[in-house]
Amino acid sequence: MTYLAKPRLHHPTLPKNRRGYTRRDYEGAISTLCAGCGHDSISAALIQACFELDVEPHRVAKLSGIGCSSKTPTYFLGNSHGFNSVHGRMPSVLTGANLANRDLLYLGVSGDGDSASIGLGQFAHCMRRGVNMVYIVENNGVYGLTKGQFSATADRGSKSKRGVVNTDAAIDMAQLALQLGASFVARSFSGDKEQLVPLIKAAIEHRGAAFIDVVSPCVAFNNHAGSTKSYDYVREHNEAVNRLDVMVPRAAISAQYPPGSVRAITLHDGSTMLLHKLAADYDPGDRIRAMNYLAERQAQGQVVTGLLYAEAEPEDLHASLNTVSGPLNALGERELCPGAAALEKFNASLR
Amino acid sequence: MKATDIGNPDYFHKVVDCQWACPSHTPVPEYIRLIAAGRYGDAYLVNWKSNVFPGILGRTCDRPCEPACRRSRVEDADAREPVAICRLKRVAADQKEDIRARLPQPAAQRNGKRVACVGAGPASLTVARDLAPLGYEVVVLDGEQRAGGMIRSQIPKFRLPEEVIDEEVGYVLDLGVEFRGGQYVSSLRALLAEGWDAVFVGCGAPRGRDLELPGRREAAAHIHVGIDWLASVSFGHVTRVGKRVIVLGGGNTAMDCCRSAKRLGGEDVKVIVRSGFEEMKASPWEKEDAMHEGIPILNFLVPKAFLHEGGKLTGMTFEKVQAVYDANGRRSLIPTGEPDQAFACDEVLVAVGQENAFPWIERDLGIEFDRWGMPKLDPKTLQSTLPRVFFGGDAALGPKNIIWAVAHGHDAAISIDRHCHGEDVAVRPPPGVNLVSQKMGIHEWSYDNEIALDRRYRVPWRDVNVALKSIKVEVELGFDAKTAFREAQRCLNCDVQTVFSAKLCIECDACVDICPMDCITFTHGGEEQDLRSRLRAPAANLAQALYLADGLKTGRVMVKDEDVCLHCGLCAERCPTGAWDMQKFALDVTHAGPGCRDRRAPVRKVA
Ligand SMILES: Cc1cc2nc3c(=O)[nH]c(=O)nc-3n(C[C@H](O)[C@H](O)[C@H](O)COP(=O)(O)OP(=O)(O)OC[C@H]3O[C@@H](n4cnc5c(N)ncnc54)[C@H](O)[C@@H]3O)c2cc1C
Ligand SMILES: Cc1ncc(C[n+]2csc(CCOP(=O)(O)OP(=O)(O)O)c2C)c(N)n1
Ligand code: SF4
Ligand code: SF4
Ligand code: SF4
Ligand SMILES: [Mg+2]
Repeated sequence: MTYLAKPRLHHPTLPKNRRGYTRRDYEGAISTLCAGCGHDSISAALIQACFELDVEPHRVAKLSGIGCSSKTPTYFLGNSHGFNSVHGRMPSVLTGANLANRDLLYLGVSGDGDSASIGLGQFAHCMRRGVNMVYIVENNGVYGLTKGQFSATADRGSKSKRGVVNTDAAIDMAQLALQLGASFVARSFSGDKEQLVPLIKAAIEHRGAAFIDVVSPCVAFNNHAGSTKSYDYVREHNEAVNRLDVMVPRAAISAQYPPGSVRAITLHDGSTMLLHKLAADYDPGDRIRAMNYLAERQAQGQVVTGLLYAEAEPEDLHASLNTVSGPLNALGERELCPGAAALEKFNASLR
Repeated sequence: MKATDIGNPDYFHKVVDCQWACPSHTPVPEYIRLIAAGRYGDAYLVNWKSNVFPGILGRTCDRPCEPACRRSRVEDADAREPVAICRLKRVAADQKEDIRARLPQPAAQRNGKRVACVGAGPASLTVARDLAPLGYEVVVLDGEQRAGGMIRSQIPKFRLPEEVIDEEVGYVLDLGVEFRGGQYVSSLRALLAEGWDAVFVGCGAPRGRDLELPGRREAAAHIHVGIDWLASVSFGHVTRVGKRVIVLGGGNTAMDCCRSAKRLGGEDVKVIVRSGFEEMKASPWEKEDAMHEGIPILNFLVPKAFLHEGGKLTGMTFEKVQAVYDANGRRSLIPTGEPDQAFACDEVLVAVGQENAFPWIERDLGIEFDRWGMPKLDPKTLQSTLPRVFFGGDAALGPKNIIWAVAHGHDAAISIDRHCHGEDVAVRPPPGVNLVSQKMGIHEWSYDNEIALDRRYRVPWRDVNVALKSIKVEVELGFDAKTAFREAQRCLNCDVQTVFSAKLCIECDACVDICPMDCITFTHGGEEQDLRSRLRAPAANLAQALYLADGLKTGRVMVKDEDVCLHCGLCAERCPTGAWDMQKFALDVTHAGPGCRDRRAPVRKVA
């Protein structure tokens, strides 16, 4: 951590986006996490993605649970809405907020302890329901905030800093999300922003339950030899299946790619997602094969990263529940109190 | 691009933009920190060691350090200004306690070598300052009665009070230097015959250019060459000037002439220049000062003739011109064809340039001169083609400034010291370099790394009406202690270097994310030009180095653009492994003395 606030001065050529903001305008308070924490890099990636997508900070709600990871919303998007919930309960609060105001961008930020242990049930149902959100698990394999106990995502056989071997089976959050019906699933690494930033952008553009499992080394408790969530281990075992470029509508696509290696996917607002295949046989449009692929590679000790699955036409909770099209706070008295006749009609329909 | 050799003393020296730009390499951030700490005497001595005349320079220096200062590249675009380096130097001089006891003492023992310095300007005085404490018998000769050179004879007292000159010239002469005033050297042959081990020529560029135009001779009584007139003003021979004065020329001498005239009874004083306002040679602040005193500057007017009646000057005529640029961007001044302009006046001061003159140096002594009449010198050693004769200051370069004269003095003193010890003067020992970690605790540094956002502070001026009443009242008042502290806090401590150790780095990106200026990038290697275009922020300032380190686990390289680094140390605070460290760079510039020689001390042979 640092005690000094980051000076306001910036590079003389720092660009502005379409909203007139610089990247620096998307920063938050100075981080109090340990120096070198992967979570800080994820915050930086979120800042970059929001800047590049011209996101309006006041149209964003950041929600989190408890943990070092769950503290990070303080460190990015300092001008957005935020809610720091109870341990493991972020998904419910997010679901409620989303139902009340469907127009905001919901960023759910959680940890492997927060989501895979105490909050596993909440996580499961939020994915099942298809809440329109970006759900990020900052996955370090330990409870960082409480001094490094193994979390439920720690691999069986991996060693704690004090040499204790983990005997429990690991939960793979990405596989779980696929199984639970998330319409966008990705995995990345905090130390690879070239991969992570476009994935976050694509997740923001996705209208449905988007989940990203980001392996994020804990420098204080889980970055030693014998850990499977360390910088060195992840770099050695990372198998990226593809690379993304997300192009906002106004940006010209100038890069040249060898034919056949790139698939362009048009997103709902006219932006384009360019998918560079790295593993020839990998198809992020096939949920079942994706699940198999992940299981196979996991057995071989590899960490598969990239865009794992994306549904082209996702359906979200609001569509399933057939809710009103605008946020509840925009409804007038007439819509909220339609009168005795309307109530009578509604009651009759239930008889 | 290859990995940066940070062992090269020049690498980190260049990062300290101000120190690198200063001809005598004054450790600017070091003395600015001392000022912020209220240690004015220490700040003064740091300066004195490097530039000999802190009080004088703190008021008059040409300050090449300021345009170079990093601060002016990092502030918001609407008001980018350097640290007021020069005026902080004055604070050290004005606010210091008595430091005399801390200056070197006259040598207890002479070393038997005799050096004569011709001229008592800053160049000669620096040679004397460096050599006298080593035991040299240094004799400084000047045609004027008092030492100081043009510092005393030219620079008006309202910019530089006499007491400041007396004090700092005194510090040098008190080192056991013999000053012989009123002794113009009219023959170098005769001087050399006196058997000096070395002679230093610091006679300046004493001749002011004249303007041979119609009417020059007839109206001569009211037309003066600027530098001669200024000397007469300095020495009190001239105390009045006509009501209407025209000053010709656009350099600093012209600015001093017009401001002096305004104080000696000139009511309608104007400066008339051939070139445009921007191309004028005078420093921006000198022009600003003149205009502040209500002196108009008229541009694009080429003097044509002096008008006179019955032996009395009545005015001048000028041709109107405009600047035209050719394909190579070269400028020429073309008449506009408009009718000539006439201005009435009572007196004209001609400040159109200065020249070297060496009438007292015989041309058959073995000292070769080039076709412009300048001595042929080795630019590093300042040695002439006669090995025991050295030149420095304006005499070596043509008219320049005080700080260059001082830098030459140091270089010539080294040459003389080596020459007198029978060593090759061309061999120049490299400076000493020291890098010391500033880490004191996890997030504690022994320097103040918080970045102040203050804009540059203005030095207060005396009320114009009071200032214009006297030729001797100093116009600028200097910063008070509180403002000096605030201004000092603007300095970025560019000497506290970011030093990277690849073998400690785990490539976590923490430094990249925290850096407020986007200086740091981890990427694959490449040629410098290519790298400059694909960093986190484009590195367009080619004058500033890229710091490249290889040996990272992923095979990538770390590239840091030094250009706009705030030296805030946040990269080092965020680094989990200590791969970044903040280390203070200290440059020990070699001066004359045992440190500049090959044979440091007599080595006793063991049988
Ligand atoms: C009007 C004016 C204003 C200036 N203002 C500034 C300023 O604000 N800041 C700045 O940095 N620079 C300024 N300068 C320039 C600066 O004064 C000179 O660059 C500097 O003084 C040069 O130093 P020097 O040691 O080479 O010689 P000088 O200072 O020129 O000294 C040479 C000395 O040698 C003596 N001398 C010459 N020939 C002989 C001889 N044969 N025998 C004995 N003695 C001899 C002369 O009398 C003189 O005293 C100014 C110059 C002028 C003309
Ligand atoms: C209800 C409840 N139970 C237990 C805790 C103690 N606790 C705080 S943080 C945490 C685990 C956090 O782990 P994770 O979500 O992985 O976050 P990290 O710190 O590793 O980023 C636990 C168990 C708590 N705060 N509240
Ligand atoms: S900021 Fe300070 S150290 Fe840096 S160039 Fe300017 S004066 Fe020198
Ligand atoms: S000291 Fe480090 S963090 Fe600060 S500007 Fe320089 S490189 Fe960036
Ligand atoms: S913070 Fe330190 S360890 Fe991390 S990338 Fe920077 S230098 Fe390397
Ligand atoms: Mg965790």
